[in-house]
Amino acid sequence: MNNLLTIFVAMVIINNMVLAKFLGLCSFFGVSKKLSNAFSMGIAMTLVMLIASVFTSVIYNYILVPYKVEFMKIVIYILVIASLVQITEIVIKRTNIILYNALGIYLPLITVNCIVLAIALINSAENYSVLESIVNALGAGIGYTLVIIMMSGIREKLDLADSPKSMRGLPVAFLTAALLALAFVGFNGIV
Amino acid sequence: MNDHKDRSNSKQPQSCHPQEQHVKDKKESGSEFWKELVRGIIVSNPVFILILGLCPVLAITTSITNALGMGAGVIFVLLCSNILISSIRKATPTMVRIPVFIVVIATFVTILNLTFEAYVPSLYQSLGIYLALVVVNCIILGRAEAFASKNSVLLSIADAIGIGIGFTIAVLIISFIREIMGTGGLELFGRQLFKLPGLSTHPLIFFISPPGAFLVIGIMMALLRLIGVMKNE
Repeated sequence: MNNLLTIFVAMVIINNMVLAKFLGLCSFFGVSKKLSNAFSMGIAMTLVMLIASVFTSVIYNYILVPYKVEFMKIVIYILVIASLVQITEIVIKRTNIILYNALGIYLPLITVNCIVLAIALINSAENYSVLESIVNALGAGIGYTLVIIMMSGIREKLDLADSPKSMRGLPVAFLTAALLALAFVGFNGIV
Repeated sequence: MNDHKDRSNSKQPQSCHPQEQHVKDKKESGSEFWKELVRGIIVSNPVFILILGLCPVLAITTSITNALGMGAGVIFVLLCSNILISSIRKATPTMVRIPVFIVVIATFVTILNLTFEAYVPSLYQSLGIYLALVVVNCIILGRAEAFASKNSVLLSIADAIGIGIGFTIAVLIISFIREIMGTGGLELFGRQLFKLPGLSTHPLIFFISPPGAFLVIGIMMALLRLIGVMKNE
């Protein structure tokens, strides 16, 4: 239990996927312009990451390792993730149309997001069990949601500010991310 | 930036040449080759102009050794996948082209990972997970979709080399700044190139930490916009 808590806390704030590992930057800067969109993106991302890490860790622990074909993991994971996102999209569309409309275009976009593949690869690199992988993915998803919501809150205010012309948009968003990341460095050493 | 697929489909007018869809004559392909190669390095530099594939750019630019390794990896995967995708472009059904591209790219990334692990283990260690993540790098899938699936093999090779060198130059510039500021010197494959007096005894470690990466890239983008290389929003 203690071990699981350590993995979770480390993933949410210390090894934060966006600010410490630079993963998922495209969606982080692309979708963080509005608070509501950022929230939907975070939820969709967490959902996909959870499902994907369940499947990939089962595949890794019960198929790839026993048959000694771990080197195939990149090809297999990317195919599994791409098809899982498709299936998730179809299932959500059929069962919960409100959620589907809220997630909108973000669901298919997640296929090409590096966080999902990265989580699967980290799980197998660290030899996590299926339960540990799920906790790891949950931590990464919550960390991503936390940061993208913070970022979108700041950017909504930042749009009103009178920043220099060449700084507007992306450059100032990068500087904001630098300050956020600096704040997160303060969490180092908690676990 | 928010949508890789849209970007590669519609927002890259400079990379879609409808008139080049026909396979070029042999006599013309020489000058076309150089044109495509130079275009990838400067006019559509993947990092500074198209702003694609930022995750590895921020993560591995802590030293120029890492940047060179990553650049070599991206050039290898881009070249191989562009050649293969371009040569099977007529046999690939349009409906399933994206999965085909992804499998082709993932295969070459696996080869790259195994090669690095066997021959340059220290570089493999320091690049870590980002070497495997070349597979989801939007530059490579973007070039496959926007260029290699529509053009001849020769032009696709030029495009791959151009874009690959453009990427390498961009990460080298960023890592040059970060390594000098963060360690006070430059080191290439374990050999010390030079050390700055003063800065090497009190390096600004901030620059090789994660926040430093965001800061350096943000300021570089602002400067590139100020001198007019990049467009303002």
